[in-house]
Amino acid sequence: MITEKKQRQGAKTSPKSRAKDEKPQSGNGRVAIITGNEAAAHAARLCRVQVVAAYPITPQSAVVENLSKFVESGELKAEFVTVESEHSALAVCIAASTVGARVFTATSANGLAYMCEQIHWAAGARLPIVMCCVNRAMAAPWNVLNDQQDSMSQRDAGWIQIHCRNNQEIFDTVVQAFKIAERVHVPVMVCYDGFLLSHTVMPVCLPRQEDVDRFLPPYTPHTLLDPADPRNLNQVTLADPRVNSEGVLCHGYMELRYLHQEALVGAREAIVAVDREFDQCFGRRWGGMVWGYRDEDADVCLVAAGSLTMEASTAVDMLRAEGIAAGVVGVRAYRPFPVEELIAALKKARLAVVFDKSLSYGYEGPICADLKAALFQSEAAPAVFGCIAGLGGRDVKARQLADAVRNALKQYDNGQRTAPPAWIDCRI
Amino acid sequence: MCEIRWHGRGGQGAVSSAKILATAAYLAGFSGVTSAPSFGAERRGAPVTASTRLASEPIRVFSQVETPDVVVVLDDSLLKSANATAGMKPGAWLIINSRLDPGEIGLNGDFQIATADATGAAEEAGLIVQGAPMVNTPMLGAIARATGLVSLDEVRAALEEAFPAKHARRNFEAARLTYERTKC
Repeated sequence: MITEKKQRQGAKTSPKSRAKDEKPQSGNGRVAIITGNEAAAHAARLCRVQVVAAYPITPQSAVVENLSKFVESGELKAEFVTVESEHSALAVCIAASTVGARVFTATSANGLAYMCEQIHWAAGARLPIVMCCVNRAMAAPWNVLNDQQDSMSQRDAGWIQIHCRNNQEIFDTVVQAFKIAERVHVPVMVCYDGFLLSHTVMPVCLPRQEDVDRFLPPYTPHTLLDPADPRNLNQVTLADPRVNSEGVLCHGYMELRYLHQEALVGAREAIVAVDREFDQCFGRRWGGMVWGYRDEDADVCLVAAGSLTMEASTAVDMLRAEGIAAGVVGVRAYRPFPVEELIAALKKARLAVVFDKSLSYGYEGPICADLKAALFQSEAAPAVFGCIAGLGGRDVKARQLADAVRNALKQYDNGQRTAPPAWIDCRI
Repeated sequence: MCEIRWHGRGGQGAVSSAKILATAAYLAGFSGVTSAPSFGAERRGAPVTASTRLASEPIRVFSQVETPDVVVVLDDSLLKSANATAGMKPGAWLIINSRLDPGEIGLNGDFQIATADATGAAEEAGLIVQGAPMVNTPMLGAIARATGLVSLDEVRAALEEAFPAKHARRNFEAARLTYERTKC
């Protein structure tokens, strides 16, 4: 581990960082040059998770391997449950969370799909589970590389979904995720791009244990399954409210779903507040629901989620050099969807170009579709053009994003206000 | 930003040394460093690449390196078969593990060639793993010598981060020998 002092003084000093939230600052911690997967594992360790159950899958495997190492070495006092599948991994997490443990798991792509039934259960049971989804393309055909089809396919399961743009944000978001999940009783999926972040090392500040403890107190469960106080949780709950054996009128299925929706919508407040509290403790914040890069006066906004936003910020620098007032609006929280934040961020823009690394087949990119729906409520909505990029690990260059923006501007100047998705670098 | 592409064969440790270079560069004052393997499946002996990026600000590019400033070749048989010089920026460094002098490599282009016998240095320093000399970390010495991006001190500190003390010493000894014998 490297302390900031060890860095050679005076050499190649950093110019003023454009965005406060991009530079790892050691504060009282230490800087390590690590992968996104290592950052996620360290975060779970420092959050003192009590139960880890996960099944390895590329590109997530190193998260599980590192956690298993921490448990083996005694650095993490947790129960590491080896399971035969992802479905069982999440089932173990659900059980452990129900008896009051802080739990963590991670998966990717087909592993996430294999969990699907339990993903819905975890959300419906309102358990504060934190899971990393290391974004990878769905088979068939088989592919281990990055896109975001996996987490997008679970967007309606009732989890909070947060996308990360670099390894520091992965670390910080896992720590934030436990606080958010435990505050609103909704599980959180921390999404980050496979290989692009999971396998790329970069400087990450790892805070001291006592500082993480101060930020994240031990988990106090809201409903505890305890043999001393037996109860029936998530029993058959039919259409209408029903009086239970103790004479109490209990919610029907629809009422519970209403409350779940309220929790998700209300999670917006928790996501923003926790990011602010994190900043107070660690001196870093990530924008809460959305964030911007050179977007204050932007005429054209590039909208995306995850590491693609970093290439987009480079594209913005290219476009600005040509006199196009471009900016990035990064979607950090995808569920709950940042409706008000996006309306506000795009109020002054005449054009938004959305880059999706996934597709709602038969329609368009999910972020693009959701953005258009959100903007229906706006009195100053920009034109919206969607692009599909980087499926199955296809490399995406900043210059290609800049080209896509120039093309959209041409269409806009010809009077178009939207178009079917443009496929970037699709060689058909 | 400086982009470095490593060419090696699966098992030669290109990915590890690309990471160690990122640590050394961070210690040298580059506040933005990244390192990544080529994405996908890897097989022992098959050509692989890895990359290191260094900059004075946090790096915002995660796509594959296309136009490297430095190309490091661990196995000179890859020069032609893996098209190691593809995309090199004008004036870029091509640093090759080879007993030959730069002029004897037989490559002409708008790049500078440095050669170093990393295999010999590894053998001399006893840096042998499973019967084979390790050439990845010794080449850090050649990079330090040819490009000046990092110093030997930073290479030593980065090796100490990566390995237990005994192994770090042996790796550094090979890197130091390679540094001294780099021809550029």
